Formats: sequence, structure tokens, C-alpha cells
Amino acid sequence: MKKTALRKYHAAVWDEPLIMQLGSPGRRGSIPPLTEDEILAKVGNGGALVPVSMQRKERLELPELSEFEVERHYLHLSQQTLGMMGISLFGTCTMKYNPRVNERLVYQPYVAEVHPHQHTDTLQGALEIVHKFDEILRELSGMDKFIFQAGGGADAAYTQACITRAYHASRGELAQRNEIITTAQAHPCNPATAAAAGFKVITLPLEADGYASIEALKAAVSPHTAALMVNNPDDIGIYNPDIREWVDIVHEAGGLCFYDHANFNGVMTRIRAAELGFDACMFMLHKTFGAPKGGGGPAVGAYGCTQKLVPFLPGPIISRDQDGRYSLEDKAPLSIGRVREFWGNVPVVVRAYSWTRAMGLVGLRDAANISVLANNYMEKRLLKIPGVSKGLPDVTKRRLEMTRYSLGELTNETGVSTLDVQNRMTDFGVDAYWLSHEPWFIPEPFTPEAGELWSVEDIDYWIDVLTHVCEEARNNPEIVKSAPHNQVVHKIDGSTLNDPDKWATTWRAYKRKYKIHAGEE
Amino acid sequence: MSVDNSTDPKAHPYMASSNIKNYRHMMDLVGVSDIDDLFEQIPASHRSTKVLQIGPTLSSEVSLYRHISDTLRKNDTCEENLNFLGAGCWQHYVPAICDEIVSRAEFLTPVWGTPSSDHGRNQAWFEFASQLGELVGMEFVGLPVYSFGTAGGHAIRMAARLTGRSKVLLPGTMDPERMAVIKTYCGFEELSGYIELISLDLDPDTGRIDLDDLEKKLDGTVAAVYFDNPNYLGVIESDARVISDLAHKFGAEVIVGIDPISLGVLAAPSEYGADIVVGTTQPLGVHMNCGGGVGGFIATRDEERYAREYPTLQVSLSPTTVPGEMAFGLTLFEQSSYGSREQGKDWTGNSVYLWAIANAVYMSLLGPQGFKEIGTTILERSHYASMRIAELPGVRVLWPSGFFKEFVVNFDEIKLSVEEVNNRLRKEGIFGGKDLSIDFPELGKSALYCVTEVHTMEDLDRLVETLRRVTK
Repeated sequence: MKKTALRKYHAAVWDEPLIMQLGSPGRRGSIPPLTEDEILAKVGNGGALVPVSMQRKERLELPELSEFEVERHYLHLSQQTLGMMGISLFGTCTMKYNPRVNERLVYQPYVAEVHPHQHTDTLQGALEIVHKFDEILRELSGMDKFIFQAGGGADAAYTQACITRAYHASRGELAQRNEIITTAQAHPCNPATAAAAGFKVITLPLEADGYASIEALKAAVSPHTAALMVNNPDDIGIYNPDIREWVDIVHEAGGLCFYDHANFNGVMTRIRAAELGFDACMFMLHKTFGAPKGGGGPAVGAYGCTQKLVPFLPGPIISRDQDGRYSLEDKAPLSIGRVREFWGNVPVVVRAYSWTRAMGLVGLRDAANISVLANNYMEKRLLKIPGVSKGLPDVTKRRLEMTRYSLGELTNETGVSTLDVQNRMTDFGVDAYWLSHEPWFIPEPFTPEAGELWSVEDIDYWIDVLTHVCEEARNNPEIVKSAPHNQVVHKIDGSTLNDPDKWATTWRAYKRKYKIHAGEE
Repeated sequence: MSVDNSTDPKAHPYMASSNIKNYRHMMDLVGVSDIDDLFEQIPASHRSTKVLQIGPTLSSEVSLYRHISDTLRKNDTCEENLNFLGAGCWQHYVPAICDEIVSRAEFLTPVWGTPSSDHGRNQAWFEFASQLGELVGMEFVGLPVYSFGTAGGHAIRMAARLTGRSKVLLPGTMDPERMAVIKTYCGFEELSGYIELISLDLDPDTGRIDLDDLEKKLDGTVAAVYFDNPNYLGVIESDARVISDLAHKFGAEVIVGIDPISLGVLAAPSEYGADIVVGTTQPLGVHMNCGGGVGGFIATRDEERYAREYPTLQVSLSPTTVPGEMAFGLTLFEQSSYGSREQGKDWTGNSVYLWAIANAVYMSLLGPQGFKEIGTTILERSHYASMRIAELPGVRVLWPSGFFKEFVVNFDEIKLSVEEVNNRLRKEGIFGGKDLSIDFPELGKSALYCVTEVHTMEDLDRLVETLRRVTK
């Protein structure tokens, strides 16, 4: 393999102060409209309209800047964010291109300046898009209905936990069915939302073949079983071939089966959750369907289910009549109510619909193929790097769209950890990689996911950087351990982060704890 | 699926390696000739054979834009029409710079980097928390949650854990959307962690919480008293201090839900006894987005007791390995669901972190004077609208003073239902206030009107004259 020269990269360093440290008293960034004199003549001065007990007395201590200064400050901050300007193979998150045309669309008033309580006669466009996207996801999953209220994948898992509650309550079995089964490899949101909804959580351990055993599942199910919540494939690219049997076992025990399709990208158009017997599934539109991640939302966990669970869905539900008119129904007596206000994150659904239509069915199949192909391509090259090993090496079948690797050998040999390597790679303009969800099964893990976005040149560059850093770990470990050197700031000293006397999530807390007085800022 | 697996992909603008050269290069290196060989883990019986239909492919941006734009144009917007709907999603002006900054690809597209490579984004988040903390008068602020209602739900659960109690008092006339979310968060009696919600009566004379009722329902088993200020019906809870003192007397936590755009003119909730402050972030520089613009937050005093109950992530200022240099790191990560799975506090995940940046930009643009002025303008314009509407024959404003931007208009004395009034207004290009008559029959034929800085006097006069005409 031809080795390419690594880029001479350095992050932008503006040494940008906090906005609270900028500006000058009296400076203005935005001027709200002044009230017309005729209004003042009728109502008097606004301040006096607030009951005396509730009037603000102190002037707010907010920064005072001109409009341009605010703009420039936040542009500097954006430049001080690597933010996928490099190469991001952040595993489990399926980094995609977010087509700009979708931003153009959702910033038009017909999406941005629309109120969710408007009469449905005035919302036909938004309702149509949401409905059409529901139909697309039904086609891809075999489910009977999708909703878009959940504000992310975890919120969709919570939706499942709430629907599980309502389903068993409607059958008078909730007091008995108080356990949700998941696996150690399921995303943390599954056990966490199950527990928050009031269930006991049973976590099945991972076996040598990369998934939990049928025996463990059989031992776990009982008359207490309320549901199973699993990912498949999980985030190490391993597919549980017994999943149909799993679903049967849980159904026989009277539980529901939820498919967390966080890792759908590699199996799009090949696997349909309902055909495998699942009662419900979840897709992340900000991952698999090309909507932006925004560094953590606004997002949508699209929740779909079979007819059995439709009565429990949070409202309102979109329906289409024979004349093609759309309406919102919110009277289902068994509905769990709401997991979030209103009927879904419409701009995210518009983007996902647009992305899916632009890809088409062939594009979806190609994307799945390319993402699995690229992952296997990476494996061929990565395993040639001394110190890199594959997690669960005994699982010999080809991984799907992700593989978890270990730098454990490198760490043993050099003392350089996966966090050090992650930091050092950013010195070459490569976005941080994903390590692993808790708990770590594999020592010093890293989990790249190539997806369908990146070119072979990008993937090769990423691997070249890792190769270089692993060489550095042997020849000059200090440069890796003390990395990064070309980033906005140096390595964080995290020793104060969990100390109540030293943490500061706001500037006012920082000023108090570190005795910074006015004028010294 | 009728796609032949052995065929090469079709080059697509969103996929660099969809060209035949790259694709075959990877196939060769991996050593497969049939792409399906890579899916050997998936048993044949698991693979779908259904021929899927998702509509014609629109890989040309021209065709795609046209299709989606034509569809969305069927919406009527609050720009072309005059909108008086609020009720949890409010029409405020979004400064252009807010849209510009959150459209920056470095903020829009990525997930997480390291504290060093994400420095700018983390700083923007810290500035969100810091400025919001200034508005609400609190020192500990989490990164945002999905919405006002989810913030309320988490805060109630925090209070239950803090007190070891499982009963919460809150107004019966809360926003039904918000209330439905909070109910979901409070669980079922049959399972663990159930929290009983008890409604507080509304004092019909004031539109505020009935203090006698509160006193009657308070006892040593109450985990928290929750109230919104201003409340759902727009009215400012001017006895907030009394409510807080009563709650504290019984060892209950005080949770206050606020609209931050009011805090240039209203006292910070920390001033009248709030222990946990929650609220919306949407008015601060985020479009309504058909409800997709909602966001929420949780804030408290910086006391360990509270901090240890946060379900959210939060960034803290932190030193780096170089003396004098500052960075931002996640504090109390271990108590999140990412850190501790089901042992964590509730759960967290993707939220509305991009909106936190829009909020930070908005608060910086307004500054102390801007917040004061926008609050004042909203008060003046909404009171003008309310006074003029109250002059119409057969139309009443239930609580004509002591409100912030929303007020309740009652149509009991005319023949039309609220729905009919709104239908007539809509024909004239006006979206009337949210119909309250189904959710709150005790308020009769009422609607919740919202007036903000976007409404000019001319707009308000047009509303009044149109109402006069349609209610005649």
C-alpha cells in the first residue's frame, strides 16, 4: 500500500475569550422593536405592567457587544471546532453528508415559521411529508406505523419502555411484568430508559461468539418478562443469527420485542424488523437517514410498531382520508400521551425524507453495501498495523458496518492508551474516533465506522495517520501521550471536573469559586 | 428487492466510493467478487425478499428541491398570516446571525470530538449555560434536554430522589402538552419510581394558583411543588414567594418553569425561592419549526446535592496540561446513562445541543438592555391587544392584568364556538388563539392569545377589527 504524506495541519487558534469577557457597557447587538406611542398612551409603560413583587430589580449581567462582534465571536468558535472538517469515522454514529439543499428547504418559512397548533388545513405540506416518510419507513421495516415525536434514539427507547408499560397495564399484567431484558452490548439507552420507566433490568452477558446466548435468554425469561430491547447488529458489527428464536422465546413468555436499529446502515434493504418478528423498532434519522447531528440534536428517533402496539402510540397521529387530506388524531384511549411536546421534529423529518428520496432504493442498497465493504476494507489494512488487534478475534465471519479494535497490545508495549492515540490523530486533522460504550469488553478500544460517505483516499489517509501514530508510540511515546500539539488547546487536565469545589458549569460559578472580581475578568 | 448484488453501485453525489474504480478497488482488496459474501453473518432466512417501493429516486438536486418545495408550499405560514398561537411554541423573531451560526457545518454536521478538537463548540455550550444561568439566577446549568416538558419531568424525578418522597403538586391548568409529558415521566403505580401528581386548583378570580388549596394539599409527604411563571394561561404568579415558602416549610423542593424571554422584566426565579428551574429554550433564537424548535433546560444552585441528581451532560471550565490555558470538559459524566447505564440518573442521549448554540448567540445579541426592552415591548403590545379585545361586545379577557405575553379571551357571550371564531379568522389570514374549550371546559369558550415583539400595532388593530366583524 502506497503511503501518503500526512498533512501539515494545525487547528485554528483564536485564543478566543469567553463572550462574557468581551464587549463594553452600553454596546448593542440587537434592538427589539419599540412600542408605538399610541400603544403607550393606552397601556402606560410596560415595566409597570408587572406586579411589583415580580419585577426584576437587578440589571442582568449579560455581555454587551455589537452585532458583528457577536457574529465574529461565534464564527471563531466554529473555526475552533474540528467538526468533521477532517475525516470523522465516529463509530456508532454513522457520519454522513448532510445535503445543503435540505438546510435551504427547512429554513424557508413553510417549515421554520409554522406553528404546530395551526389548523391542519394550513399544515397539509408538512403532514404530507411526514406521512410519506412514515410510509417509507414502514416499507423498510415492515412495521405498520411510525411516529416522530421522540427527540433522539434514547427517547425512542424510552417510548418503547412507556409503551411496554401501557401495553401490559391494559392487560392487567403490569405489576407482574416488571422486567426488561437487554444485552451487555445493547446501547446504554436501552437499560437506562427501561429503568427510568420503572422496570428492573436484566442484562445478558456477551459470549465468545459476540452475542448473548440463547440459554442465557431462556434462563432470564419468566412471567415477569415485559420486553426485550436489543440492537442487532450491535456496535461491534456482529449479527445475532439466533435473533428470530430470541423473539419467539420472549413472545412465548408474554413479552414484547423492541429492535434498536441504531446500526441499520449496513443492513438497509436487507433486513426488515417486522419480518424477524419484532413488535417495534427505532431508526435514528440524524444517523442513518442523512439528517444533521448538530453535535447532539435536534434529532429524531423514529419509532415504528406493528398493529398490536399502534393503540399505545403517543399522539397526535397523522391520518390520510380518501380525498388525500391529512389530519391529526389525538383521541386514542390507550395512548401513552406524549414523550415530548407536539407531533414531531418536522425539519428533521423533512431532511430525512429528502435524503431518502435522493438516494432512492438503489442508493440505499448501495450505501449499505459500500459501508460494509469499506469496513472490511479497513480491517484488511488496520490488522497489518502492529499493536492493533480485532475485538473478539474468534468471530471469523466478516463484520458488518463496524468493527471494534483493540490497542491493548500497543498499550502494554508502550504505555500509550487509546485516548492518547485519539488525541494524537486529531493533530493530523482527523476527527476523534469512537472508543466504546460502557462497559469496555475490549481493552483500549476504538471503533471506526467508514459508512458510505468517505472516499478510499480519505479512508486510506485515516489509516495512514493511525499507522504513523502507532509508530510514534514506539519511537517517541511522549509525543503521543502529551498530544494534542496542533489543536485549539492542549490536553485537558480533568482532575477538577468532578470536584464540587472546582467544577464550574457557568461563568458566575467560576467567578465565585476562583475569586474573580468584577473588572478582573 | 430486485437489485442485482453482483452489479456495481450507481455513482451518487452523497457517496464518494460509489464510483466503480473505488468500489472495485475495495472489492479486490477485501477479496470478494459478490458483495453478498460480506453479509455472510445474516442467515438467508432473515433476509427480506420483498420488492420494496419507496418512490422514484430524485438524485438530481433540481428535481428533489422542486418536489419537496412544492409539497411544503401547501403549508400556510405565520409569516403570510397573522399568528396569535403560542401555548408552548412561540413566534419570536430569530435574528439572522442565529441561523448563520447554527448553519455552520462545524456545528451542524458532527457528533463529538475531544475537548481539544471540540474546544469552540464546548465554549459555545458553556456560554449557553452561563448566560442562561444569569437569566434564571442559578450557578449550575445542564446542557439542554428535549423540551420544557421533559425538563419538568426530569426535575420532578430529581426532587423525588432528593427528598425520598413520591408526591408532587402542580397546577391543574398546566399546558396539556407539557402535562402529558410530565405524566409519562412519573410512571405507573405498579412499577418502581412512581410519582403521584396532584393538581392544584386555579383561583378563578386571579388566574393564579389557589393558595388555600395549596396549603390544604401540602404536607410532609410532598416531594415538590411545581409551577410555571408565567403560567400556561399567561398570568404571572405574583405570590411565587408565598408558594415557595409554604413548600419549603414542609421540606418540599420548589420547581419553577419559566420562559427565559420574560426574564429581562421578571424577577429571576432564584429570587423567589426556586430550587430547580426548568423552562423552554425555543424563544431564544430558534424558529417554531412546526414544534420541532422546542428545547428545555434544568438549572439549580451549584450545590453538590443537586448536581449529583442531574441526568444531563454538562461542560465545566477546566485547566489543561499547560499552565494558564483553559478547556472545557464534561463534569459528572459517570452519573449519566452513558457512564452508568441503568444505574445512571434517568437517561440522556441526543438532545437539542445545536439549539443551545442558537440560544447562546441570541442571549449575547440581546444583552441586558435587549432583554429588558424585548420584555417591555411584549408586555406593552400584549396588554394593548388585550385591552382592545376586551372592548369588543360579548368578548371578555379573563385576567386583564398581571400577565406577560399570553392572555385568555372568552367568547361565552357570543353564539360562536372558539373553533368557529378561529375558522372565520383564518379565512381572513389570521390564526386565532389556541382553543382552550376542550382541555379546560371550566374556562368556557376560551382561547389563549399570544402577542410578541413581532406584532405591530397595525397587526393588533387588524386582529381587533377582524374579531369585531366575525363575532358580530
